Amino acid sequence: MNQNSHFNIVIKPKNNNFGLRISEVWSYRDLLRMFIRRDFITYYKQTILGPLWFFIQPIFTTIIFMFVFGNLAGIPTDGIPKPLFYMAGITLWNYFSDCLNKTSTVFKANQQIFSKVYFPRLITPLSIVISSLIKLGIQMILLFFLWGYFKYTMPQSVSPNLTIFLAPILIIMLAALGLGLGMIISSLTTKYRDLVFLLQFGIQLLMYATPVIYPLSETPPKYRWLIELNPVTPIIETFRHGLLGQGNLSWLSLFYSLGIIIISLLFGAYIFNKTEKTFVDTV
Amino acid sequence: MNPDERIGPSTNEVIIIEKIAKQYRLGQIGTGTLSHDINRWWHQIRGKADPYAKIGEENDRTKKGISAYVWALSDISFQVKQGEVVGIIGKNGAGKSTLLKILSRVTSPSSGIIKAKGRIASLLEVGTGFHPEMTGKENIYMNGTIMGMTRREIDSKLEEIVSFAGVERYLDTPVKRYSSGMKVRLGFAVAAHLDPEILVIDEVLAVGDAEFQKKAIGKIQDISTEMGRTILFVSHNMASVRNLCDRVILLENGKVAYDGEVEGGIDLYLHSSNIQETFEKTWSMTNTGENEVFVKKIFIHDYNGIFIENTSEIKIGFHLSILRQCYKLFLGIKIEDSQGNILIMSSSDECEMNVIEELGIGQNHEIIVKVPGKIIKPGKYYIGFVLRESVSNTIYHKEERVISFNADDTITYKGVNKRYRSKAMISPEVKFEIHHG
Repeated sequence: MNQNSHFNIVIKPKNNNFGLRISEVWSYRDLLRMFIRRDFITYYKQTILGPLWFFIQPIFTTIIFMFVFGNLAGIPTDGIPKPLFYMAGITLWNYFSDCLNKTSTVFKANQQIFSKVYFPRLITPLSIVISSLIKLGIQMILLFFLWGYFKYTMPQSVSPNLTIFLAPILIIMLAALGLGLGMIISSLTTKYRDLVFLLQFGIQLLMYATPVIYPLSETPPKYRWLIELNPVTPIIETFRHGLLGQGNLSWLSLFYSLGIIIISLLFGAYIFNKTEKTFVDTV
Repeated sequence: MNPDERIGPSTNEVIIIEKIAKQYRLGQIGTGTLSHDINRWWHQIRGKADPYAKIGEENDRTKKGISAYVWALSDISFQVKQGEVVGIIGKNGAGKSTLLKILSRVTSPSSGIIKAKGRIASLLEVGTGFHPEMTGKENIYMNGTIMGMTRREIDSKLEEIVSFAGVERYLDTPVKRYSSGMKVRLGFAVAAHLDPEILVIDEVLAVGDAEFQKKAIGKIQDISTEMGRTILFVSHNMASVRNLCDRVILLENGKVAYDGEVEGGIDLYLHSSNIQETFEKTWSMTNTGENEVFVKKIFIHDYNGIFIENTSEIKIGFHLSILRQCYKLFLGIKIEDSQGNILIMSSSDECEMNVIEELGIGQNHEIIVKVPGKIIKPGKYYIGFVLRESVSNTIYHKEERVISFNADDTITYKGVNKRYRSKAMISPEVKFEIHHG
């Protein structure tokens, strides 16, 4: 019957599991905006220092890293001023770990809403990735000032180059990787809770397998392939290369990273779509 | 959709539900699910049927199932036309909520298909997504967008929403400072202005005070009658089902047991659910806390558990056991409706002669309390009582909502539009006579 063509909503046991249904997400863009707004408004409400926390976190981490890894352990930083070296790594790493950490709990954290109202679930991890971007932006300003200071006081130790214009792409790559892995983990945790524990120390350990506190050039050649296997490694190395003039720029590893990101996004979308249809029954 | 379909009820189906079924796994999730998942996946890739789908059985909570999987819904098929208001009723666990969840796309069916035209808005809850730290206004936008509205739509309806909720003064106050009633009002106000083609409502009316409930019911009536919207309404409250719906679907153990005219469905529901209900209760000395004065039995006279014509007297029987001398003992009764409104409170010491006071020591005093039935409107009522000594002010035996009965008037008022009559608080027999000067 031609009447059937009017039915715009079809509820079936299984949908096309690979699609991210971008058009549907687009029609809910105002909700995406509200989620981002909510995250931002509520993040530092009822705190004394408010948004200053955005600055305090990276500054203190940098100081601690300088003391522990720079002075006590004596890990060299490729001749780059230590504060600048650490902060460049921390800023990017924190963004990635924020994305991963928060997206991996979307189902659990939004159980209340998800069990009552339908909207494209992808909105929630997307909102996390975007609202974390605001924090990243603010911290980037801090990094920029620090960079400016060192560029002015010791110009020979900081030599930026054109690669820095890749920074937006690098950030998108981090966001996509955090989103993809986060979707996979969040989907699996609805059924197998053990993953929550794994993730908690997993992210911490992963930082040590990423050149955040050390340059890739300092790793023993025997184990370097292990560090290079980590898709975050080329992103941080490229960023440091562009901003500070040190660090390993390899297009091959960047494309390797991109490949991993695409795979994780596709697999993430698949498993996320699968989970969003039944998770209400399993939590 | 076609613009001309919006005007008035037409014969067009807006929802078509075909053979919807939903399977749930019982018991602890996390023990053995991984192995089940692998097994199921192994069957799937070899193109074989799901090994756990076969062993499902009818969802009957009273019987202990053999299988770990149950069918919360099985083979549900019906169609809803444009502008229809369909009440979905049934006992707890009959599958109402599961059906609503599937319709709201919160969960998906195990098999079957649903097709719908237009936007479905589901009100499984009011104020979904409210954040306590955000202001009333911000939460209107938050909740509205979650329900599928765009920012622009909310902009244009903001004033209406705010005035309907009655929160003008607190618009810029964080919602955490709101009373729970205000939160409910605000949430409902947003939902009421969603303006979807299909509205799915799950007993949200059970929240809020009486005044708000009235307002909410009124608003839903407006949505259905004036705007011609299609509504699916799940409720345990037969009065509101009567009030709102023009069709009833009764679910029993995950299947459609009845689909049709409202009164018939309600009758069947009350009939089937009352068989297991208590219209009689007994006590012994040990389960009343070693009391020497207690009610041994309460029951309703001439009541087969199905119906009481509200045109007759309601006779509540008591068997009292008095094992010690009391001074000025009296018996009080209370009749409440299903929403907890107290309709009648009366005690024997208000009567010209307190018969209870006259009772001596004895095991089997029988008392009959007669309540005029003619004033009660159709519905479900609960009886509570208190046995008390007024001199020492000792409460010997007190019970709330121990037994229940259904009042209906299927015979006497046939032909009169009950939908309007059930809005009244009481329903006495009113006489219309011609006055001859």
